[in-house]
Amino acid sequence: MAFYECVFIARQDISATQAEALADQFSGVIEENGGQVGKKEMWGLRNMAYRIKKNRKGHYILLNLDAPAAAVHEMERTMRLNEDVLRYLTVRVPELETEPSVVLQSRHSRDDRGGRGGDRGGPRGGFRGDREDRESRPPRERREASAPASAPASAPASTPQDSDSKESEA
Amino acid sequence: MTIQVVSKSAGTRRPFFRRRKSCPFSGPKAIKIDYKDVRTLQRFISERGKMVPSRITAVSTKKQRELSKAIKRARFLALIPYLVQ
Repeated sequence: MAFYECVFIARQDISATQAEALADQFSGVIEENGGQVGKKEMWGLRNMAYRIKKNRKGHYILLNLDAPAAAVHEMERTMRLNEDVLRYLTVRVPELETEPSVVLQSRHSRDDRGGRGGDRGGPRGGFRGDREDRESRPPRERREASAPASAPASAPASTPQDSDSKESEA
Repeated sequence: MTIQVVSKSAGTRRPFFRRRKSCPFSGPKAIKIDYKDVRTLQRFISERGKMVPSRITAVSTKKQRELSKAIKRARFLALIPYLVQ
């Protein structure tokens, strides 16, 4: 038997208990086919990054499986048949995590960070700086391309400046 | 390439020295690459939602392959947008 992680997204219109019932249904399918469900995680109703089948939100559920491939195929088939399931992803993993996944951990730390506030703004500003650095790249390439025609001395002068700015942001 | 830059800057300007950034996913304090860890993945995508090239983030080639797979999985699960308008 192999280890799998299965994440599926249920429609936003169903309730949390119904979503849990869905998870139980799928773990039932796994157990019928000779597999085991290690951990079941409800991530709750989350905002999705884009719309899936006209849904903006979805119930995210993670299942840790130790099951033969046939059981996983059967579970995926029932997921495809079920209209409440918007999407599923089953990934084979070398080992199953026993602790709660990052999603649940980060939710707690996010609550902590709500109090701090400043900490959250700090790294974000840093990333934004990185991105600006990146967007400023194409003009530099153009400058380099035009440099040999106009003045070759300007090309070495521009490179240390750019690398200096990168160093200060890093 | 880098040797050239160093020699040029040393000749024209103050001695130029840039510490090589190391891969954030290798070494003793390595972060794990996980498609569920949106916060970490956010650091390696641009504000348009595109993956940032490894020459900027200094991720090693092997880890960049893992990272790109993780980002694609997170996109599929709508944890990360495919594109930001």
